[in-house]
Amino acid sequence: MADILRVSGLITQLRNGARIVDNISFSIQNGETYALLGESGCGKSMTALSLLRLLPDGVMHAGGTAQLEGVELFGLREREMRTVRGGTAAMIFQEPGLSLNPVMTVGEQIAEVLELHQGMQGKASQQRCVELLDQVGIPDAARRVTEYPMQLSGGMKQRVMIAMALAGQPKLLVADEPTTALDVTTQAQVLRLLRDTQSGSGMSLLLITHDLGVVAEMAHQAGVMYAGQIVEQASRAQLLSQPLHPYTQKLFAALPSAARIGQPLAAIPGSVPPLGSITQGCRFTARCDKAWSLCSEQTPQWTVVAEGQGVRCHLYEGQDARGKRQGMEAKVQEYHVASKSDLNFEPGSPLLQVSDLRVHFPIRKGILQHVVGQVKAVDGVSLQIPQGSTLALVGESGCGKTTLGKALLRLIPPTAGSVQFTGRELVGANIREQHAAMQMVFQDPYASLNPKMRVAEILEEGMAALNIESNSAARQAHIDILLDQVGLTRNSKWRYPHEFSGGQRQRIAIARALAVSPQLLICDEPTSALDVSVQAQILNLLKKLQQELNLSYLFITHNLAVVEYLAHEVCVMYLGRIVERGTAEEVLRSPKHPYTQALLSAVPRIDGQGVERIRLEGDLPSPANPPPGCHFAPRCSHAMEQCRAAYPPAMTYSVTHRVHCFLN
Amino acid sequence: MSFMPVMLWSDALVFLLLAAGTASALYVRQREHLMLPWQRVAQSATAMVSLLVLSLFLLIGLLDTLHYRIALPEKNGGETVYSPEVLSVFDKLVTPLRTQTEKTYSAPLAVTLYAKESISDAHGNIAREYPRLRYGGAHLTDMQLQDSDVCWRWVTGMLAGMLVGLLITLGSKRWLAQRGWPLRPLLIATLIISALIGMTINLAVVYHVLGTDKVGQDVLYLSLKSIRTGLIIGTVTTLVTLPLALLLGIAAGYLRGWVDDVIQYIYTVLSSIPSVLLIAAAVLMMQVTIDTHPQWFDNSASRADLRLVFLCLILGVTSWTGLCRLLRGETLKLREMEYIQAAQSFGVSSLRILTRHIMPNVMHIVLISLVMDFSGLVLAEAVLSYVGVGVDPSMISFGTMINAARMEMGREPMVWWALASAFGFMLVLVLAANLFADAVRDAFDPRLNRTEAVA
Repeated sequence: MADILRVSGLITQLRNGARIVDNISFSIQNGETYALLGESGCGKSMTALSLLRLLPDGVMHAGGTAQLEGVELFGLREREMRTVRGGTAAMIFQEPGLSLNPVMTVGEQIAEVLELHQGMQGKASQQRCVELLDQVGIPDAARRVTEYPMQLSGGMKQRVMIAMALAGQPKLLVADEPTTALDVTTQAQVLRLLRDTQSGSGMSLLLITHDLGVVAEMAHQAGVMYAGQIVEQASRAQLLSQPLHPYTQKLFAALPSAARIGQPLAAIPGSVPPLGSITQGCRFTARCDKAWSLCSEQTPQWTVVAEGQGVRCHLYEGQDARGKRQGMEAKVQEYHVASKSDLNFEPGSPLLQVSDLRVHFPIRKGILQHVVGQVKAVDGVSLQIPQGSTLALVGESGCGKTTLGKALLRLIPPTAGSVQFTGRELVGANIREQHAAMQMVFQDPYASLNPKMRVAEILEEGMAALNIESNSAARQAHIDILLDQVGLTRNSKWRYPHEFSGGQRQRIAIARALAVSPQLLICDEPTSALDVSVQAQILNLLKKLQQELNLSYLFITHNLAVVEYLAHEVCVMYLGRIVERGTAEEVLRSPKHPYTQALLSAVPRIDGQGVERIRLEGDLPSPANPPPGCHFAPRCSHAMEQCRAAYPPAMTYSVTHRVHCFLN
Repeated sequence: MSFMPVMLWSDALVFLLLAAGTASALYVRQREHLMLPWQRVAQSATAMVSLLVLSLFLLIGLLDTLHYRIALPEKNGGETVYSPEVLSVFDKLVTPLRTQTEKTYSAPLAVTLYAKESISDAHGNIAREYPRLRYGGAHLTDMQLQDSDVCWRWVTGMLAGMLVGLLITLGSKRWLAQRGWPLRPLLIATLIISALIGMTINLAVVYHVLGTDKVGQDVLYLSLKSIRTGLIIGTVTTLVTLPLALLLGIAAGYLRGWVDDVIQYIYTVLSSIPSVLLIAAAVLMMQVTIDTHPQWFDNSASRADLRLVFLCLILGVTSWTGLCRLLRGETLKLREMEYIQAAQSFGVSSLRILTRHIMPNVMHIVLISLVMDFSGLVLAEAVLSYVGVGVDPSMISFGTMINAARMEMGREPMVWWALASAFGFMLVLVLAANLFADAVRDAFDPRLNRTEAVA
């Protein structure tokens, strides 16, 4: 098969000479998917932008060639390049909400591409627009053509973006983290769409992602990028069965899963080095546990280890590479030995008891602002969390899980229901006690720390507000202990948040919550903004803190792998209600509710042979206007007559396992 | 004592601002993350050159703010009597410019008056001639020598100025280089400015460089004195706008509900009233009050000064709405930030959240809008004084200069220099302020400096 894109020695650098992309070579065959894998800041997106010559100001192409269908891209004039972009090679971006023009209808935006690259106009172009939207699986395409982006959901927007990209009938589609901003179920839909389109039109795909699961699902070939270089290149099968570079191995080891319960995740210490800081030696040396003196002295050469698999590591240079690899495999295997002792968990007396909690937001209309309806963000949720255990709350975005967490902290006033903490009612009670008892760790470590305050001031704030440790020496001592607990050096308390990396910031956020010695931490997606390797560090920390301080966690997440690793109990939430609850083992191993089953099957698995896909059509309905009967009925493949008539009562499977579904 | 220091109201406010400015500069110096945007400002050539120009204006303005009254030679029963005239240190420095007044109009660098007059000579013959000036070019015995004298003074003044400039640049070169400031543009600007100053001084000693006005006052002196008025209007007004806009803006944005409604109504109503009307009404009322209470003031300077302060006040009251609206919007965004919610979950009080979390995070907007507003206010003063509702007619300002020069534009031959120099000085001041404001905005705008935030 012929190569559609051949990149060799690509170098992209800043004005000051720091190389963002350093000497990258790869090629993509016709009809194949090539995945570029790596953490943020490794130069994946810059590689894609370099290829389409869309680099931002201050970043420039400094060497190397890229041939698209035999045409040298860097030799083209800008005018010629414009016919390539959107024509031969199209690109889709991470944030579908930001890549569509909000003041143009979907049809107009697609028609623009059609006119430019296909010379289509008028009726023909209209016709083609509808066809394209139909092709990307947008229901009722003829109507959607005249709609504006704001009328579409996130998944729909990404489909429109794909339709726009397909409008020019590209030979190569560059997809830059196309599903990162989407929910698991939507991600599964979009990935499936990309695969279907590829098999239909025979185009090639350059897929940029940080998600090993997506690579396992989509890629034919994969390149692992680290600090601007490709450190390993292999076919999917080779990469999944025998990752060679220590970095790749660690990425796999850092993935949380049920198999690793009871042992710490293999977190990669530190973070990706800043651009251009390392000019000599292997860039991974500082974080590699197999590094020896040679690694920091000499830059490793590209070594082809097997047919189609190459690596940039000293371990595989020379003749004894084979022996070393054997040892490596043994080491990798170790990670898969799991002890499940932790799962034998017995519910103690509940620390937090929530019953029938409701949070409704009134919808007001008209001059007099009378209430015309209610958005039932949380609609009658009951749950309990025993001392020292973790309850995971799982669901798609918009299902009300964050609202529930904030309602517990009274950041949003609950409409009805009761919250009892160690037997005492909190709704309508003195708020002060509750502040010390429950704290929250937020999703985005970049938004959750005030950039104008030092770490010490941030940690001190809660203590000051709640009068803990009234004298300042005691407070400082407490801050030192907190920093030790979360694994930061003590002198970091005089620094400002911008001096820390994402993972370190999240540690500070955890320390801030711990400062008032809470018994329950509400963690709202604390790792979703972090890279895989850093996520492992934070999960390990949370687990360690739970053991040391006997903390309870309410862990709000959409990442089921994290749930498997950390949670004792799981509640699955759909449109403001809990549809299934049980121990982690019960819910994840034998899910009973069709929604849970669909969620679980939507997660891309690195073992490749995942369960059979359950396609989940459409999007989450609006909580202002929930469907009658079972809320999930319109999307459920097993829906029956009675599902649409009444909300199903709880069916009990075991003492802990309960499901709201008429099935079984 | 041969003089008595006088503290006018506007002086006190200027010193208050100066103290606040120095204090915040010291505060910023100790905090690296606050220094960062200022370091970006310092690296911009335009910003530093315009800052150099601005600081020259500021220096003149400050010297003109140190007021005093000199003791009169006569004593009243052993008690020293002070002159009713309030002078400033700047007046003292440029005494010849202030005191050497001609009879009426004379063109820049002229040795005679602008219009012919009937002069009777020793024999009683009356002739229509251009009379010689009392001071301008008085050292010349022959009027024919004027051109060569001007050229000679021009060149020597420029060379002397450049020499001084060269010494300054050589002295400060290493200091500048250490800080990584733009070396070449600053040095060139220093050379040009010192050459200009040298040449002006050398000429001003014996000529009226920018001519004289209707009553024979030196226009250069008037222009230099106008700087203080402009600066005061541009800066003291912020003392009024800032607390109003900051407090009301963030309170409206953070507290929402009825507080937000009330504040929004206030500023919507206020910004719907034509501000010139409001200012005119307030200033006229003030004028009446001043006129009916002459016993409040012991000299004319303090009366004119009170009107200036009052003008600042009323300008402040009419101009805080824009900044307030901006801050409300920013606070609406900030209050949803997770660090605010984290503080709320600790039960931190609203007042503390406003002062500790929200205020420091909107300061960049405050700073940008203050610097941008400055030039607008300087121009507003000129317009208001021209209309007649600005500063006191006895106070020297760009507005009063333009107002006085306006009638003379129509006469033949035209008297152009008063208007031209007011225009020129104001242009340089406002241009420098605008260029500096642009650089500050670029340095503080988070959207333009994203790369650093990510790294």
